[in-house]
Amino acid sequence: MATAYTPGLKVTPDTNIRKTRRLPLKGQVMVGMGAQVEPDTVVAMTELPGIMQTVRVPEVLGIEPSDLGRYLKVAVGDRVERGMMIAESKSMFGLIKNECKSPVGGVVELISPVSGHVGIRHKPTPVEVRAHICGRVIEIIPDEGVILEARGALIQGIFGIGGERLGQIKVVVDSPADILEEDRVTEDLAGKVVIAGSNITGAALRKAASIGVSGVVTGGIIDKDLVAYLGYDIGVAITGQEAVATSLIVTEGFGVIRMAERTFQLLKHLEGQQASIDGSTQIRAGVIRPEIIVPCEMSAESAQPAESEQSLDIGTKIRLIRSPHFGQLAEVTALPAEPVVIESGAKVRILEARLSGGEVVSVPRANVEIIQG
Amino acid sequence: MSEIRTILATDCGSTTTKAILIEKQGDEYRLVVRGEAPTTVEAPFDDVTVGVVNAVREVEELSGRRILCGGKIVVPTQGDEGVDIYLSTSSAGGGLQMTVTGVVKSMSAESAERAALGAGAIIMDVIAVDDGRKEYEKVKRIRELRPDMILMSGGTDGGTVTHLVEIAEMLLSADPKPRLGIGLKLPVIYAGNREAAAPVKDILDAKVDIKVVDNLRPTLERENLGPAREAIHELFLQHVMQQAPGYGKLMTWTSAGIMSTPNAVGKIIQTIAEQEGINVLAVDIGGATTDVFSVFAGDFTRTVSANLGMSYSICNVLAEAGLGNIRRWVPFETDEEYVREQLRNKMIRPTTIPQTIEDLYIEQAVAREALRLAFDHHKSLARELTGVQQTRTIGEALSQGATGKSLVRMMDLDMIVGSGGVLSHAPRREQSALMMLDAYQPEGVTMLAVDSIFMMPQLGILSTVMPEAASQVFKRDCLIKLGSVIAPVGNGSEGRHACTIVMNGERIEIPFGTIKVIPLAEGEKRQVEIEPGRGFDAGSGKNKTHTAEVEGGIVGMIIDARGRPLNLPSDTGKRVAKARESLKAFGLNEGLKE
Repeated sequence: MATAYTPGLKVTPDTNIRKTRRLPLKGQVMVGMGAQVEPDTVVAMTELPGIMQTVRVPEVLGIEPSDLGRYLKVAVGDRVERGMMIAESKSMFGLIKNECKSPVGGVVELISPVSGHVGIRHKPTPVEVRAHICGRVIEIIPDEGVILEARGALIQGIFGIGGERLGQIKVVVDSPADILEEDRVTEDLAGKVVIAGSNITGAALRKAASIGVSGVVTGGIIDKDLVAYLGYDIGVAITGQEAVATSLIVTEGFGVIRMAERTFQLLKHLEGQQASIDGSTQIRAGVIRPEIIVPCEMSAESAQPAESEQSLDIGTKIRLIRSPHFGQLAEVTALPAEPVVIESGAKVRILEARLSGGEVVSVPRANVEIIQG
Repeated sequence: MSEIRTILATDCGSTTTKAILIEKQGDEYRLVVRGEAPTTVEAPFDDVTVGVVNAVREVEELSGRRILCGGKIVVPTQGDEGVDIYLSTSSAGGGLQMTVTGVVKSMSAESAERAALGAGAIIMDVIAVDDGRKEYEKVKRIRELRPDMILMSGGTDGGTVTHLVEIAEMLLSADPKPRLGIGLKLPVIYAGNREAAAPVKDILDAKVDIKVVDNLRPTLERENLGPAREAIHELFLQHVMQQAPGYGKLMTWTSAGIMSTPNAVGKIIQTIAEQEGINVLAVDIGGATTDVFSVFAGDFTRTVSANLGMSYSICNVLAEAGLGNIRRWVPFETDEEYVREQLRNKMIRPTTIPQTIEDLYIEQAVAREALRLAFDHHKSLARELTGVQQTRTIGEALSQGATGKSLVRMMDLDMIVGSGGVLSHAPRREQSALMMLDAYQPEGVTMLAVDSIFMMPQLGILSTVMPEAASQVFKRDCLIKLGSVIAPVGNGSEGRHACTIVMNGERIEIPFGTIKVIPLAEGEKRQVEIEPGRGFDAGSGKNKTHTAEVEGGIVGMIIDARGRPLNLPSDTGKRVAKARESLKAFGLNEGLKE
């Protein structure tokens, strides 16, 4: 049985969702097993050690490093405040005093016998990890975090920027082919997750950021508009840390590309509900796709399994993900076993598929993705 | 060596684990079969040995030889089952990522960079006292990076101590954390002035896992990279590999530890250069990175351009090269927006392949730029030591050349080996030849070759225990020779006489601005005389006839008289026409719309 080379993106109204919420350093887990959490519940916290600031005491006092001991007023482990004197020298029979004051508040960590420098460690910065979704704690990772489980709708995009955001879903176009222009981005959309169609213009995206839209979900984005929004070019698809006001999730790809009907209809169905979104993307070494999660009440029916093993068969619904026919939906009509020579001259395994318009095309199997659900 | 008859070797790549079976057939070692399976370091498997076993199972099916028993590789052979030796390399999980520090950017820091690259690492940053950044910027940068380990260098033995202490204080300030293994200490290798080792250790011991080795630049005139490289390799096994899922188990299976993939590729290149007595340039252009290896007069250099690749990093190539430089290689007029979107969509869907001939040529144009940029980076690092006084005689003092001259001399290059999907698996071998010609612009007489199925890592680790076997398989089964290229250095006007090739009593006139491909089969050799046109250098100096032995290959003997350096017409129409001429010379112009 053949398998698609490119795993499809998940677009499902009802599935089990698991999220790992983890600290970057060891710290403290703040919730217990089985606890129900909200998106803004702090599930773990720690302290990021402050930077150590080096005070060049010998240079300030005009002394030799080896003489530091005579003039130093602090020892390793002492707490100091900003402006506090940490060393003092006297000259001209005590008439002239040279003082060295601490530029920061913190703890003396280092007194170097070689350079005479004194290192003062800044106060630590608290770091919190929040739940980001409504869910239940199903596993504790000691000193690091938790694994949450929720049930609800999950929509994955192909690429995104910006990190985690929350907001109510609002569809502002009439069809998945519509382009979201600036005039439709209005003040009342602040704090919302706005759904566009085939594209959002650069001007509309900038306006969304300026009024405080939480996130935008669109079928396509023009490359130049994204670069202008970010202020720099994207080299690799590792995102999530951008300093942008509005996260962006692209469901189809670069260009003006109609949002998949299934995705658009699901988002319409979810309109008005609170969504947890994340534009973070990582294409290699641990693939992360941007996503929209809308938890729902647990129902008596069991949810679709989160990971459904799908393979290419006659009748499988696919999307073509490379030109020609980029973005078009199709249904598999044939799966020849032997590799064939395609137009580029490469010899690869192909499939035949019927486009929505009726035309049957031949496509390399590497250039399709299964529509998962 | 006579006791070893069957060898199994795997390479665990980021995406795919590849297994090869080598057997002694008569007096020589030959590749028997190759199998592959997806690498399984990530969920749900979280165990690299699952992918290894799957790849080996494919080898079993294809060879008919039983190698596994109870889910493990049988070593040594038991009757007709198992293998005599099992080796493995790995680049899974992003490989080995390092930060290096030094005192002077062009001296100790650069030597440290060479040490780390030679050990197979990806360099995240090079921090030096004189690198132009303020201290707080360096501290912030060290904090943000999550390397697998840090290499500290600086100060010749007996030299500066203060600067090393300052660097140690800066590291202490940043309190860097390792990429893998939350809660573990970051390994730091100290390879600087031995007199600063004790104070540096005092400062850092509580925060990091520090290991002191011999100074990698003990004097200005000498590098001693071996001890640092060995320490990097050891720590790679202990810290990085142990954290990667399943590697602890895999290490108990192998006969000689696990080597990082680029380290292994470097080893086979060095082995071949040494055995054949040639200067070699090798490149592996992958989805995310491009590794370049060179051996010139026995000096081995490796660089990795971790930001240049054909899928994951393809947009970095766009950013660094610029759209104009990519479009100049495309043999038809292109819409700027279309090309940009093709590359963006390839970045986010990296496993797709070009379906149309136009898309193929766009990707191959990007490959030329990635190869060129990675080579520029390589040339800047493969150079003589800076800081060394070259004065020996008054004559030399009067004509003192710049120190830090590049070791890469294209006229002395004997062979270029290309590897990686876009080169090894181009639909036509001629396309690989043309990509390498355009990107590297070899001079004089150079053999072009590609790696057939990327087994250089496995052969590299094999070369450390059985160099002859590795060399035999490399020459007979790994390397595909495309053919010798003759490229006279110089420029002229279109149609002017560039050179005359005298071969088998026949005189072949080559006009400037053209490429000519002469059929010459693999293994066939000819003595040729190259009579350069006025002002051209074919290898023996300007205007001097050069005699050389050329060898055929799958493509044939190639004469590239387009000029060195290669200057493309600035007018788009003329440039497209020129590109089409080059394709036609190789028989590649079918399928393109007029």
